[in-house]
Amino acid sequence: MKRIALIGMPNTGKSTFFNRMSGASARVGNWPGITVDLMSAKVLLGGHIVELVDLPGIYDLHGYSEDEQVVRHFITHNAIDLVIIVLNSSQIDRQLPLTLQLKKLDMPALLTLNMVDEANKAGVTINTESLGKALAIPTISMSAKYGDGLQKVKDKAAMLINANTEASKPESIQQALTADQQIEQKDVDNLIKAHVNIPATLSESITDKIDKVLLHPWFGLPIFFAAMFVLFQIIFTVGAPFQDGLAWLLETIRTTALDPLFANAPSWLSGLMLDGIYNGIATVAAFIPIIILFFLVMSMVEDSGYLSRAAFLMDALMAKMGLDGRGFVMMLMGFGCNVPALMGTRVMRSRAMRLLTMLVIPLSLCSARLQVFIFMITALFTAQQAPFVLFSLYVMSFATMFITALLFQGKYKNTEPFVLELPPYRFPTPRQIFVRGWLEVKHFLTRASKFIIIGVVLVWFMTNFPSTAAPASLDTYAGQIGQLFAPFLDPLGINSYLAIALIFGFVAKEIVVGALAVIYGLQGDALMAQMATQIDWVQAMSFMLFTLVYTPCLSTIVTLKNEAKSSAYMWLSIVWSLGLAWVISFVFYQGARWLGY
Amino acid sequence: MQSLDTLSTGQNATITALEVDEALFHRLSALGFRVGKQLSIIRRGIFNGPLHVRLGTTDVILRKREAKSIHIQQA
Repeated sequence: MKRIALIGMPNTGKSTFFNRMSGASARVGNWPGITVDLMSAKVLLGGHIVELVDLPGIYDLHGYSEDEQVVRHFITHNAIDLVIIVLNSSQIDRQLPLTLQLKKLDMPALLTLNMVDEANKAGVTINTESLGKALAIPTISMSAKYGDGLQKVKDKAAMLINANTEASKPESIQQALTADQQIEQKDVDNLIKAHVNIPATLSESITDKIDKVLLHPWFGLPIFFAAMFVLFQIIFTVGAPFQDGLAWLLETIRTTALDPLFANAPSWLSGLMLDGIYNGIATVAAFIPIIILFFLVMSMVEDSGYLSRAAFLMDALMAKMGLDGRGFVMMLMGFGCNVPALMGTRVMRSRAMRLLTMLVIPLSLCSARLQVFIFMITALFTAQQAPFVLFSLYVMSFATMFITALLFQGKYKNTEPFVLELPPYRFPTPRQIFVRGWLEVKHFLTRASKFIIIGVVLVWFMTNFPSTAAPASLDTYAGQIGQLFAPFLDPLGINSYLAIALIFGFVAKEIVVGALAVIYGLQGDALMAQMATQIDWVQAMSFMLFTLVYTPCLSTIVTLKNEAKSSAYMWLSIVWSLGLAWVISFVFYQGARWLGY
Repeated sequence: MQSLDTLSTGQNATITALEVDEALFHRLSALGFRVGKQLSIIRRGIFNGPLHVRLGTTDVILRKREAKSIHIQQA
């Protein structure tokens, strides 16, 4: 199969282009010798199935960052039939050197001048034809976001692929790379002068106007936090009716179809299938609408360019904790899932700063924990209280991160440079939001389903055996384990049933709600009503605080260990978060009780 | 010799030297920081925060510590 690789700088719309080419069919692939996940897709091009690989965004082929090493490793170990270079037209003056570096490697190449819409707005005009001739690389201008010129790129790529030119030879690429031919700035300047027209002074853009408000010295931060609050409020309000509808549907399926179906089955089988697997999965499934909304909103914020602004606004504060603005962005990414956020710290070159950032990321309230909280909040608080309770948990998440960084910054001192590009604001098209959101949701669901089915079966077994014990009573295996932890968890108001959910939550938070459904043998509204009679809001809050702070999941632990390449560091993270969780829940629970709640 | 961190907001200047290690040099030059290039400071972050710098069509934020190692000549 022929192979096409995409190469370009960060913020050039390379991933948008990739998604355009691949539809939503992309998958995360493993490549020998490469530790980061590369997106790849099989696409039909010129009558052949071609493998399209999206390489990480890089600034410099000879740079030292992890991503730059990944790209070098890829092109020196894999034959490539065509390199599609993606370049941001409005910044062509500083992006051309990368193209010239790639040209020196003598690979079959196609140059795409992306974001032609933005370049037009900025008054940057490029003579595509003459530039392509001068570079001796086929060159096409396009807007991957709006789809302009996309067909031309596809046709040209198909033509080049079918032209039977030889694929790149990894060994000769290796040689060309080590030869390290410098790009002469003079060559770049001459090309720009001859083929590009950049206005001397740029008129004040829309981005400048928005920045005046959003990066305002006094209002910038309050606006940021208000915006986040409103977004979470929207997720909650819009998601709730969908969630209720889905819960009702799943309940109806059970009473009208599944209950009669298993009516004559042995009681252990119907118990396992209905009270175990179905209840567990149905309870978790009811949260899918909220998770989808969450990822849609997150990918919109991520693509808009606002996150780099957050890094600007927060850097001074982060510096006081030994972190930087990028660390803050990773924390926000952790709201989706801690695992990619941990991997994102690879952009930091100083190990000390990486370790400090990785110590705080597991404390960020990920979407799996969000699902537990929404369940508990819906069960024990009114609709008016709900957004505030959820917001207070986000505040708590930040607070624990800050405390952790403050306490450990002495241990991880660093002088990491902080230099970050500030892209213009870009409002993603609905299509972009949808594709990005869908990929995230797909990833979440694969992960969740894997853990949940195994998890709920185990919980069902432990809450129903030994068979002499009444189901979910304290005499079952689960009850016995719960009692074992009672001396630690009773002072937090966490009873033996909740303790079991917490134990399974160690593997993955996605299991927690499913586990509760299995433990109580109920689902949906019935489960929530039952919970409300068993525990009060103080206990629920204490349980949520513990869930928020203690170890997020096994995947996070494994990632932490792999990224830090240290077991001692992994244990530090586990022990610290468990200890902190216990102290916070203890102080909250005992404090609230002491105050008379 | 003036360094970038002392440039006042809104003023234009030209880069005269980059006094940084090789790794940071690669990153800075890829972002457009090169000797002879014009730049200006758009804004400064509150509480001694980072500088928001504009070079041509590229906007970059960097800390004062990094700005200290970029030498400039005011326009």
